[in-house]
Amino acid sequence: MSRLAALVMAALGVAIAGCDQPEMRFQPKYSTYDEAARWPDNQAARQPVAGTVARDQRLEPLARTLPVALDRRLLDRGQERYEIFCSPCHAASGYGNGMVVQRGFPAPPSLHSERLRDAPLRHFVDVITEGFGVMYSYRDRVPMEDRWAIAAYLRALQLSQQIPYDTLSAAQHSRLETDTREAP
Amino acid sequence: MAALFGPRANSLAIVMIVGVLTLAVLFAVAAYLFYRSPYQTAVGYAPEQPVPFSHRHHVGGLGIDCQYCHASAETSDFAGIPATHTCMTCHSREWTNAEMLAPVRQSLAREEPLRWVRVHNLADYVYFSHRAHVNNGVGCESCHGRVDRMPLMVQRKPLTMQWCLECHRNPAPELRPENRITAMGYVPAEEGIAGSELIEHYGTPLDRLTECTTCHR
Repeated sequence: MSRLAALVMAALGVAIAGCDQPEMRFQPKYSTYDEAARWPDNQAARQPVAGTVARDQRLEPLARTLPVALDRRLLDRGQERYEIFCSPCHAASGYGNGMVVQRGFPAPPSLHSERLRDAPLRHFVDVITEGFGVMYSYRDRVPMEDRWAIAAYLRALQLSQQIPYDTLSAAQHSRLETDTREAP
Repeated sequence: MAALFGPRANSLAIVMIVGVLTLAVLFAVAAYLFYRSPYQTAVGYAPEQPVPFSHRHHVGGLGIDCQYCHASAETSDFAGIPATHTCMTCHSREWTNAEMLAPVRQSLAREEPLRWVRVHNLADYVYFSHRAHVNNGVGCESCHGRVDRMPLMVQRKPLTMQWCLECHRNPAPELRPENRITAMGYVPAEEGIAGSELIEHYGTPLDRLTECTTCHR
């Protein structure tokens, strides 16, 4: 009986293994972040040689101010990227009480301070690129075009906190009072 | 000499024929069920990781966007596994003495990457692209499930070709507007944007989605 069972199991095993092609499923090639025993650091992803220039990298010195057209699309992009990368600490409002700060990270200065309202756009781009104080660099997460978009959006965000209520239209007043979007 | 076939030979033959056919059908059904079972598709696979990273805490609790860590999802085939530097952006100041995070600090100090265990594995002959999906209205949740409820990353969808094709044949119900791609718990019906509208918006090439070379090269 046990011999019969073993035979049936073996037949099942062979039949089911026939459905699969392991040599197709696991091809001798590297995918992203694979281990690679041939390299000293055991990684398929290579570190670029020092001084490597990316194909889409601009070679001219970094612009002193916004190098692209300021339009709605840029501001929307800036807002999206700001909310992904900056709001955890700086908060969507820019006052610096984001969720990670609420959990104990040192609070960054408010983006609505006079010093930062007067700072040139390039300042924000530099801070995103190089980091500042306890803020790490975002060079590897936020590409240059997005840094300018975030900086441009910051201006809009700063402006949003500086407009006297009386100068708004009646329609804007009612929108301010009925807009239920949560301020994270 | 006795007859070669006894009086019971006919019934025996019928029983054998029916029996063999039944067995064959049962075997086929069993094989199919096995092939679609979690044992084969890895649904429920939640391997042990070097650090028990909780998406529930970071996504559900803190509200950090997927792209904060998986920053290359919209520009690359690969969504990106965050560098240790990314973890340390917050953890240079948060939970700095936590035993649980010792491997992260060690990784930074020794400049050795953390060896995360990949949960969502596709066969090498499938050329999946994150960029192609997230820029065309497919949300993270469609393939990865409610990540904001996972204390440990776990595979929730079967990732079989049949499962891929369900959406490639009829993508409309899965599509979302650009600003809701990383949202968790998105219900298209509640947000009032019809799938057909989104197909038009993204210019989804419906006729090409089920071509072999869309996924296999």
